[in-house]
Amino acid sequence: MQKYGKFAALIVVVIGTLVWLAFAGSGDSKTYYKSIDELSQMGDRAYGARLRVGGDVAVGSIQHVGGKVLFTLKQDSRTLQVAYSGIDPLPDTFRDGAQALADGRMDRDGVFHASKISAKCASKYEAKPNVQPSGQPDVHSGKPSV
Amino acid sequence: MENLGSLAILMAFCVALYATLASVIGRVRRKPFLVESGRRAVYAVWVLVTTASVILVHALLTGDFRFAYVAEHSNNALPVLYKFAAWWSGQEGSLLFWMWLLSSYAAVVAFTNRRRHRDMMPWVLAILTTIEIFFLTLNNFVANPFKLLANEGLIVKVPDGSGLSPVLQYPAMAIHPPMLYLGYVGFAVPFAFAMGSLITRQPGDSWIHTTRRWTLVTWLFQGTGVMLGAAWAYHVLGWGGYWGWDPVENASLLPWLSGTAFLHSVMMQEKKGMMKVWNMVLIATTFFLCILGTSMTRGGLVQSVHAFAQSEIGKYFVTFLAVGVAATAYLIIDRLDYLKSEAQLESVISRESSFLFNNLILLASCFAVLWGTLFPKISEAISGDQISLDADWYNRLMVPIGLFLLFLTGVGPLFAWRRTSIDRLRRNFQWPGIASLVLVGALFAAGIHKPYALISFGFCLFVALTVIIEFYKGANSIAGRTGMNLLRATVELTHRNTRRYGGYLVHMGVVLIFIGFTGHAFDQKDVKEMNQGDTMRIGHYALQLARIEQGENANYLWYRGVFAVSKDGQPLGTLQPEKRLFKASKESTSEVAIRMRPNEDLYVNFGGMSDDNQRAVIQAFVNPLVTWVWLGGLVLIGGTLICLVPSKVKMQYARTQVVGISKQHVDLPADR
Repeated sequence: MQKYGKFAALIVVVIGTLVWLAFAGSGDSKTYYKSIDELSQMGDRAYGARLRVGGDVAVGSIQHVGGKVLFTLKQDSRTLQVAYSGIDPLPDTFRDGAQALADGRMDRDGVFHASKISAKCASKYEAKPNVQPSGQPDVHSGKPSV
Repeated sequence: MENLGSLAILMAFCVALYATLASVIGRVRRKPFLVESGRRAVYAVWVLVTTASVILVHALLTGDFRFAYVAEHSNNALPVLYKFAAWWSGQEGSLLFWMWLLSSYAAVVAFTNRRRHRDMMPWVLAILTTIEIFFLTLNNFVANPFKLLANEGLIVKVPDGSGLSPVLQYPAMAIHPPMLYLGYVGFAVPFAFAMGSLITRQPGDSWIHTTRRWTLVTWLFQGTGVMLGAAWAYHVLGWGGYWGWDPVENASLLPWLSGTAFLHSVMMQEKKGMMKVWNMVLIATTFFLCILGTSMTRGGLVQSVHAFAQSEIGKYFVTFLAVGVAATAYLIIDRLDYLKSEAQLESVISRESSFLFNNLILLASCFAVLWGTLFPKISEAISGDQISLDADWYNRLMVPIGLFLLFLTGVGPLFAWRRTSIDRLRRNFQWPGIASLVLVGALFAAGIHKPYALISFGFCLFVALTVIIEFYKGANSIAGRTGMNLLRATVELTHRNTRRYGGYLVHMGVVLIFIGFTGHAFDQKDVKEMNQGDTMRIGHYALQLARIEQGENANYLWYRGVFAVSKDGQPLGTLQPEKRLFKASKESTSEVAIRMRPNEDLYVNFGGMSDDNQRAVIQAFVNPLVTWVWLGGLVLIGGTLICLVPSKVKMQYARTQVVGISKQHVDLPADR
């Protein structure tokens, strides 16, 4: 099997390099997903790491104040104040009632400082939204139906 | 009508069940009439699913808003193209569309093989109809497209629907799902044939010959679908890029990566009888990745911008995947005897070796992307925290992988089978190698110091030269013999061996795409709040905001920035990016203004108005070499189409081939 020795060696080199690349710098690339509920239970651990929190944008909570965008994320009865001060404009699908993800860090003042906001994509492959008895599909329900 | 539709898919479910049973029982018990009946049932399923589809499409086109699906995904003002495209723009409709494609493919397979592969076909059809049963289960019992809106038992018809999100009203986006589905569904066919040949213990490669064109066309559609998604992201989403390593983007890429590996490794099996087990594993992997991809877009597995909510439907897919993988694994392991290799690896510097490393690196990239995509689930299982990995992590892995692949693309086709002599190495690679080093030196001297970019440009030139030299050598030889001019000789050369020269063209397309990718290393970006009259500088360009305009029409409010563009003082015309705020859906779209040139794109996005509504928030990007990505995609498509053309000359090559297996003990003379 001597001829397979060279193959094995090369394969080990290739795979080894890739595994090293995958783990070497991954510390900086990690972002923790947390729900608002989990975030409140994190305690001190919440203040150090890069976090990504998801929820629905509370209706009427979007405010543009002094170069920042403030809004409230809502999930199951819990709320989270978010401040976005990035220079990139907000995504097109970001609006009242939309599902959004905020990437950033939790500050000791209780406000989540987001460096990036993503909002739900416009395609509709998710679970069907509620349809109002009046017959008009609910455009403003918590789940985006448009 | 809705009752007819529901009935049609219910009947299709029953007939597909019958088709599976008839094919299997007919084959096992040697009852030809059952086998024939099963075959006709496949046609019947197609008729029924087509009926259901026609009913749904008709409801969409005529705006029958009693249907819940029509009310959600269409509206009166929607252009006809998008009313039709609404067939696949939502959960229920897209699953019906998937089913329609699958039933069409199954019917074609049944028809074209009605007199061939009699041993295998009942199993092939049974596998296809089993997959049909799964999707019909979803169509009937989980996501029925024929549901009506109702209020306390009375059917309701709304005056107008919610319509398609304006962000998706873009032609490339309308055909992106059908392209991907043609890919996803298409891989079911070679998979079914592979499993059919395993079940019937076929020692030969007939399943590969039969499915070669299917697989190539499917791979082409898959790749085109991925490209269209990237093109849409670039032109419509306004963030300046075309790939974000989002889970759903990755889901479409995974089967393409393993499919590319498969296309290469079947060449090894055809020419050398090697990698048989591996090919079985690969085609199964590709098919199951297609199912995984289909399910990832529908939520439940991983969070992404496409799917946040946990969805019921995910569980069905996971079950299907688990059962399918288990059954396939059992089958492969049980039939290992029939998959023995007919040749051995001999030298690292051989064509076999380059195929091996091609497969290794493609599967490694596939695994890396899968790992990254599923990492939130994996980390949750290990540490309880859901952790996601960002684009930087993916790029850190995929760039070296891509460069290695590019290198193989250049050297692989020119290695000889079994072992390449040093002399041949020198002949083929000396001048391309020297030219590449010269290029790298020149680029370095010109100020480009990023190592990956230099390596990439060097390899790109290397591969391009090897391809050009191959065409030139062959054409020259033909021109010499027949007296044709060089251009005609090239066409003749390609026609004589379309697989080989079409393949070279595909590789050339890959080179162009890589040139485009490399430009990304030099992207520039800036964001500014601008008053009328302000100038923004980026790269060599000056963008002067001549006017901020705004207006309104029936559908939307709009803001537009009219920019006078100049480069190093020379005026270049105007760019007018626009932002539209749609009244009904309260969503906005960015009408990005892009000045596309071969060397770089100037990309300007109107982000919105500032808080005090006085200034425009403008994002400007300079994206070098992006056009090469789209150009390379077109060349890739062209090359693949050439591969599909039958060659003028049938290639003959000598190889040992297994024609039968005997498991009986054979007494050799010496034993007595």
